Amino acid sequence: MIKELTCICCPMGCALTVEVEGDKVVKVEGNTCKRGADYAVSEITAPTRVVTTTVISVQGRPVPVKTAVPIPKDKIFEVTEKIKSAEVSLPVNVGDVIIEDLYGSPIVVCAKVG
Amino acid sequence: MREFDLVIVGGGPAGMAAAIAAREKGLENVVIFERDHSLGGILNQCIHNGFGLHTFKEELTGPEYAYRYAVKVDELGIPYETGTMVLDINDKREVTIISPGRGVETVKAGAVVLAMGCRERPRGALNIPGFRPKGVYTAGTAQKLVNIEGVVPGRSVVILGSGDIGLIMARRMTLEGAKVKAVVELMPYSSGLKRNIVQCLEDYDIPLMLSHTVVDIRGKDKLEGVYVAAVDSKNVPIEGTEEYFECDTLLLSCGLLPENELSRSCGVVIDPRTGGAVVNESLETSIEGVFACGNVLHVHDLVDFVSEESARAGAAAADFVKNGRRTGGEQIKLIPGNGVRYTVPGTVDVTNVEQEVHIRFRVTGVFRNSSIVMTCGGSEVFRRRSRILVPSEMQDVVIKKEKLEGLSGEMTVEIRGE
Amino acid sequence: MYDVLIIGAGVTGCAAARELSKYQLSVCVLEKESDVCEGTSKANSAIVHAGFDAVTGSLKAKLNVRGNQMIPELSKLLDFDFAMNGALVLCFDKEQLPQLEELKQRGIDNGVKGLEIVSGDKAREMEPELSDEVAYALYAPTSGIVCPFEMTLAFAENAYANGAEFRLSEKVISIEKTPEGTFGVKTDKGLIETKVVINAAGVYADKIHGMVSERPMTITPRRGEYLLMDREVGGKVSHTVFQLPTRMGKGILVTPTVHGNLLVGPTADNIEDKEDTSTTRKGLEEVRAKGALSVKDLPFNKVITSFSGLRAVGDTHDFIIEETEVPGFIDAVGIESPGLTSAPAIAEYLRDIVGTILPLEPKENFISERRGVVRFSRLSPEEQNELIRREPAYGSIVCRCETVTEGEILDSIDRPLGATTLDGVKRRTRAGMGRCQAGFCSPRTMALIAEKLGIGIGEVRKNGCYENGKGGEGDA
Repeated sequence: MIKELTCICCPMGCALTVEVEGDKVVKVEGNTCKRGADYAVSEITAPTRVVTTTVISVQGRPVPVKTAVPIPKDKIFEVTEKIKSAEVSLPVNVGDVIIEDLYGSPIVVCAKVG
Repeated sequence: MREFDLVIVGGGPAGMAAAIAAREKGLENVVIFERDHSLGGILNQCIHNGFGLHTFKEELTGPEYAYRYAVKVDELGIPYETGTMVLDINDKREVTIISPGRGVETVKAGAVVLAMGCRERPRGALNIPGFRPKGVYTAGTAQKLVNIEGVVPGRSVVILGSGDIGLIMARRMTLEGAKVKAVVELMPYSSGLKRNIVQCLEDYDIPLMLSHTVVDIRGKDKLEGVYVAAVDSKNVPIEGTEEYFECDTLLLSCGLLPENELSRSCGVVIDPRTGGAVVNESLETSIEGVFACGNVLHVHDLVDFVSEESARAGAAAADFVKNGRRTGGEQIKLIPGNGVRYTVPGTVDVTNVEQEVHIRFRVTGVFRNSSIVMTCGGSEVFRRRSRILVPSEMQDVVIKKEKLEGLSGEMTVEIRGE
Repeated sequence: MYDVLIIGAGVTGCAAARELSKYQLSVCVLEKESDVCEGTSKANSAIVHAGFDAVTGSLKAKLNVRGNQMIPELSKLLDFDFAMNGALVLCFDKEQLPQLEELKQRGIDNGVKGLEIVSGDKAREMEPELSDEVAYALYAPTSGIVCPFEMTLAFAENAYANGAEFRLSEKVISIEKTPEGTFGVKTDKGLIETKVVINAAGVYADKIHGMVSERPMTITPRRGEYLLMDREVGGKVSHTVFQLPTRMGKGILVTPTVHGNLLVGPTADNIEDKEDTSTTRKGLEEVRAKGALSVKDLPFNKVITSFSGLRAVGDTHDFIIEETEVPGFIDAVGIESPGLTSAPAIAEYLRDIVGTILPLEPKENFISERRGVVRFSRLSPEEQNELIRREPAYGSIVCRCETVTEGEILDSIDRPLGATTLDGVKRRTRAGMGRCQAGFCSPRTMALIAEKLGIGIGEVRKNGCYENGKGGEGDA
């Protein structure tokens, strides 16, 4: 099948046409450099994202957190929901881990709060 | 009267970088005045990642990026006073500050670095007719409500303007359970980064309506909905194309304005194109010993560039305090030519350039397969070919001192097609 | 049982309450919104008119000139901003000179002092940014500008201090005349009994009137749209600049505001909906086009907000202030321009009508002065420091554009008839009224209101009523 993507490697924003068979990329068109092809392959075969959000601490103040590494793109909402239900008590500091492993990533605190 | 060698106005990324650079140049008596209760500025509410690729070679969230600089400020023992707002600066570099603890106080500064950042264009300036109900926020205000106050301002959202904050907030509101119905952009192209369009809109199937605008706001007390219409090539709404979107929240992401009230009060000359100060190669404003950097100078798209620029301002301010004003040599005046909206700096005195000078600017439109060309007195000083130049990305050109030596008069910066 | 119930807490109702609170009367002001000054009084040109406009002998003419004379002194007693900046009425065509002369004569007949017709050149000397097209101008030195919110709040707070009651967020449903000759006013919160009713309900005055009186009356909302510009360009003109009506219709004005902004407007469109305070693309275009006739290069890129207000236009072209055919039911209706200017004179006029129904015994302990929220930015550094020493919240700036401190915001919430909404805080302190239009300060202001009212930040309203009273959960 054919999938359309916009390359995000640079401001060119090349419109990529990607031919996929099963879960394999067989052809990338529309890219103007090598990076575009690489991007297409990773976006099609295993798209991942770093998720950033907040968790409301026991004391009521929001704490910014993120996945330490990118997680599968289709798990974003599940990850956000699990983070929301985590119990976090102030004070926290940058790098504190609030969840050890969520789809392969620890959830870490991004700011000093409290 | 307390006296400081260097007063830095604002403890965001620009102020912190300037303070660190000044201290590293050996200036001891430096202080940062920050109006919020902690350092970090706007980065504290920018919880998304993507910061620091240039500076730290890794992707950080805004608070993490700020934290690295705050740690450095602490390590260097640079004093900072939070909850402290600068009310006035005069041309003698006397700085009047206010805080709950110390009251109103005027301090003397050997040099001043202006690092107040920028603010968002409000609704009034956008000239959108309709009611003025609850539920209309600038994207940054909504960002603060969600990320700092922990309050999600609505459940169904329309966003006007596809600036990066608007795109980021489209994703943020979605992750907080709101339905973002559309991002509406007046221009035929987005002013945000491609990456944000893909990762904040396309990932969540949020439509981006280019060449559209909000033409009416409905709901007397609380926002009930907005009318969106297509615009013609002159950005005038086309009658009959109105579409109603029911929503309880309208976020505005329609541009940033350097916050230069203080600069004006001390007589700094402002460039109407940037909304920031006119500066020379040392990032010094028209007032001797007053420097400017970061978003108060011109709006940046990357914080890494803010930090780099501000470090130069801090170093130059330290040099000014220690060595006084260097005798002026020949001035090169930079002229924005074809396709170039402005340049920072506006003038270059080569004798004050140590090794190289950064020339930053934005282009006026999308240019493909073009060159950035700088010419002075008929000869070409710089040329760089680029596959694409877009207004949303600030250009940064570094020119070696030896290239500029012996030059004077006007140097034009322009974009030439191939 | 009240002696007097005033329906409507706009400038008319509040001025009347203050005037009546000088006497041994029990006075209550009833208001459907959660704050005073929520209707016509909050969105108008904020002009203290000299008094040359109204037909000689009309109530408008009399009360305008009297109000114009009263406001300077009241502004000192009650601590609201007022400046006598003078006005110029422009004509752009020599042939219009007779119209200008007619206006001047009418002013003289109405008792307006100091009117003078000046040449276009002289007008441009007085006001250098005026258009080259100006042929003549009528100069009215006694015209002024005022803060309409502060003025209304000042009347209300002073009335309150003198014992007047305010029932806010309470809406009239019906009014019954009792066999004893008193009134039973049924509201959404209960029944209020009163001997006298003053109908000062603005655009809704016809509805209130119709609950009691048989005589027909209609009030038409006439919408006026405005553009407000940054203080940076507030000095574009120093006088209030009117236009003689032209072939393009009724003119619009360009004026500095008492807080240093520049105001341009209003349009004048009769509409149906008494709640429709929206602005329109067409209306704002008209404001821009007509404003540009008077003043050169109006900086429309410095607009910080646009708004519209509704004038309550009656069917007689004059104020209607009288006891109706129903004894004890007094109308104060059709209070369109110059209603703001006339308010203190209308209050005296209403007092005299009340005096024909109830005995007026002056109070011995009437408090004639009132102090508003301190304006921190106007104090000397010594005064500022004294204030911060007493109350550190004054050392914390919340609104950067207008330099408003946390102390002022807390005072605006805590004081009698205090603010419960963002707009309420804004009108009392100017927080959020500057060039960023509350972008920076609203999260902090919302947090302060939420804390004071004991509600969540998300529940804080911009305006309007909390469903379960102040601090209710209705707005989650």
